[in-house]
Amino acid sequence: MNKQELSAMVARLLSEMGQEPMVKGGDYRPRSPGPEHGDTGYREGDFVPDVTALDLRKLYLTEDPAEPDRFRRLKERTPARLGCGKAGARYKTLTMLRFRADHAAAQDTVFSQVAEDFAARNGMVELKTRCRSKDEYLTRPDLGRSFDEENKAKLRAAVPGTPRVQIVVGDGLSSAAITANAMDCLEAIREGLKLRGIDAGTPVFVRYCRVGAGDAVGDVTGCEVVCVLVGERPGLVTDKSMSAYITYKPHTGVLESSRTVVSNIHAQGTPAVEAGAHIAGLIGTILEKKVSGVGLHLEAGA
Amino acid sequence: MAEKLTSVGLDIGTTSTQMIVSELTIENQASSFAVPELTIADRKILYRSPVHFTPLLDAQRMDAPALGKLIREEYEKAGLRREDVDTGAVIITGETSRKENARAVLGEIADLAGDFVVAAAGPDLESVLAAKGAGAESYSAQTGKTVLHMDIGGGTSNLALIREGKITATGCLNVGGRLVKLTKAGEVTYVSPVLNGLTDIRVGEVLTRDRAGELCQMLTRALEMAAGLREKDTLLAALTTGGTAALPLPGTEGEKITLSFSGGVADCIAGERYWQEFGDLGPTLGTCIRESRLCRGEYRVGTETIRATVIGAGCHSAQLSGSTVYTQNIAFPLKNIPAVPLLDREPGLGQRIQRALTMQDGPGVLALPGIQSPGYHEVTALAEEIAVGIPEGPVYVCLEADMAQALGQSLAARLGPQRPILCLDRVKLTQGAYLDVAAPVGPAVPVVVKTLVLSTQG
Repeated sequence: MNKQELSAMVARLLSEMGQEPMVKGGDYRPRSPGPEHGDTGYREGDFVPDVTALDLRKLYLTEDPAEPDRFRRLKERTPARLGCGKAGARYKTLTMLRFRADHAAAQDTVFSQVAEDFAARNGMVELKTRCRSKDEYLTRPDLGRSFDEENKAKLRAAVPGTPRVQIVVGDGLSSAAITANAMDCLEAIREGLKLRGIDAGTPVFVRYCRVGAGDAVGDVTGCEVVCVLVGERPGLVTDKSMSAYITYKPHTGVLESSRTVVSNIHAQGTPAVEAGAHIAGLIGTILEKKVSGVGLHLEAGA
Repeated sequence: MAEKLTSVGLDIGTTSTQMIVSELTIENQASSFAVPELTIADRKILYRSPVHFTPLLDAQRMDAPALGKLIREEYEKAGLRREDVDTGAVIITGETSRKENARAVLGEIADLAGDFVVAAAGPDLESVLAAKGAGAESYSAQTGKTVLHMDIGGGTSNLALIREGKITATGCLNVGGRLVKLTKAGEVTYVSPVLNGLTDIRVGEVLTRDRAGELCQMLTRALEMAAGLREKDTLLAALTTGGTAALPLPGTEGEKITLSFSGGVADCIAGERYWQEFGDLGPTLGTCIRESRLCRGEYRVGTETIRATVIGAGCHSAQLSGSTVYTQNIAFPLKNIPAVPLLDREPGLGQRIQRALTMQDGPGVLALPGIQSPGYHEVTALAEEIAVGIPEGPVYVCLEADMAQALGQSLAARLGPQRPILCLDRVKLTQGAYLDVAAPVGPAVPVVVKTLVLSTQG
């Protein structure tokens, strides 16, 4: 019995005892490592490929498939990791590496920052929640929902009077989503609201922003509706997905069920401008019906 | 959310006239937390009329009053009032579409049938509707097979090639079961002019089974050629319907294809019939096809046979636009708006719009590919070009890419809140197509894309 077999056996025995195995899947090596089968597009002697450059919709690794052409065509319709093949009971090395690379990219997105000059460049005042850093933002959701006195004063100065609609652009968990979509979406919302005779007010940018920061903005401005454009938690398919949370009469402590959500705003989902036009319509309806979230669905009989 | 639409299909064919009433269920497939995405989730047939003979005054003209009476009676039997009908299609098919008064009859009947029942004709549309109505399209989608569907009716055979559930090519042959008609005694009463020069069978002669068989074998050879199963010769071109695609359809030759059949003759392929049962070539043609190369490989008879086209017209003619669209001051329904396809990525769009749309008699619908996931400034730039180029009157824009609501509101900002504006997406219109638009269902609008070209040849 060689070393690898031994570690595999130990891991199995430990897991059977209901304990965390010491050796995880990624480290396991089959007894006699063979080359990857299936068409990866790479040949013997090539350098290790950049796994993130491969188009997952085209990467089909199943060996001896019955109907490869049909499966390939199915794969083109979904970003899901289908037809990965297997090595024994586990993923192939390539699949594992790609999964880890995508996961790492998602984590990077969470830790990245919206550019320093983003707000200024787009004519917005920048506010910051009580979080002092990304780390604190991630570990203390409560701080991401409120402002200190300085930022409250800044908001009061930026937003004159009591706006009907207050738009908040917030980084959330994906700065990339905001950089890619927020302004296109915002402009379309503004145009749609104008068409309905509704003033879009003065949008503000919030760094270290949770959805609940919109409630705090409501406390300060007394706006009738708040619309928070916020970066979604990145997934393994896209790290650029944005959501809009629209709340009627927002205030700290408002029920989550009173939020109307439009999610999946990104290039492969709902395009930002089209989502913006739709959101403008929703804001119009919410102002008219004076209710948002679940209440609005019930009202519409939907 | 589930809304129901009542849809009517009327097929006025060479031989038969039929009607169906169906119920289309529209559902939002998206979650509550995303932009809606409406689709036609279910199609249920509520009523099927019997198969009537198409009333004709003579060889050149349809009997419009008799047809009108027939339709009124069928509406009554179905318990349907004109105003209950949300959508649907009247389609004149096969040889009937070449009758002198086809266009006039079509218009009259569409009005009789309901506000938003579209009048349509043309062999390409017929092929598409028959393939859908016979379930060939969904069979291909489910099995992944490449299917060549043949709807073999009285006067014509409509072909549709389907790959992965998508119809990629259509064609039409003058091959049908009623190109020759007989009395009970076997005396020939009619020989279709499409057979001129191809047969010496004459009106008045008593047709023997052998002579009928010879003719049907020739017709079958033409079908084999159209399916790429036999070397083509001049016969194929001679029997190809005027104004339709050259046969065989591209991609049929040398590929593994599943044949699929509908139309009245399909029933005679499925089972042996007495050759004079219907006083025509149908049973003989069916037998010839069953014994030919067409049925040597894998084949299927449609889930519907003689009713395939009418079911296609009733259940599959309407489609839904994307679920984020823009409309203002539009009086629905809109009918027969000619498509004016242009490319939006080439320079001078405004001028090209102006040129193309002022050439139309009435308002046309501007059909553009659009931009996938556009930036806001790309939307406004496009709106600007359209606003500059569009002539006075209502503004109809139809895009392929998902951007209609953004573009529509941008147009409204430029053209004012009074101007009628309709901006749809996820609908592809090609040159020669006409668009009908029904009143919105939730955030989407039902549309019918059709061709109104009545074939003049034959």
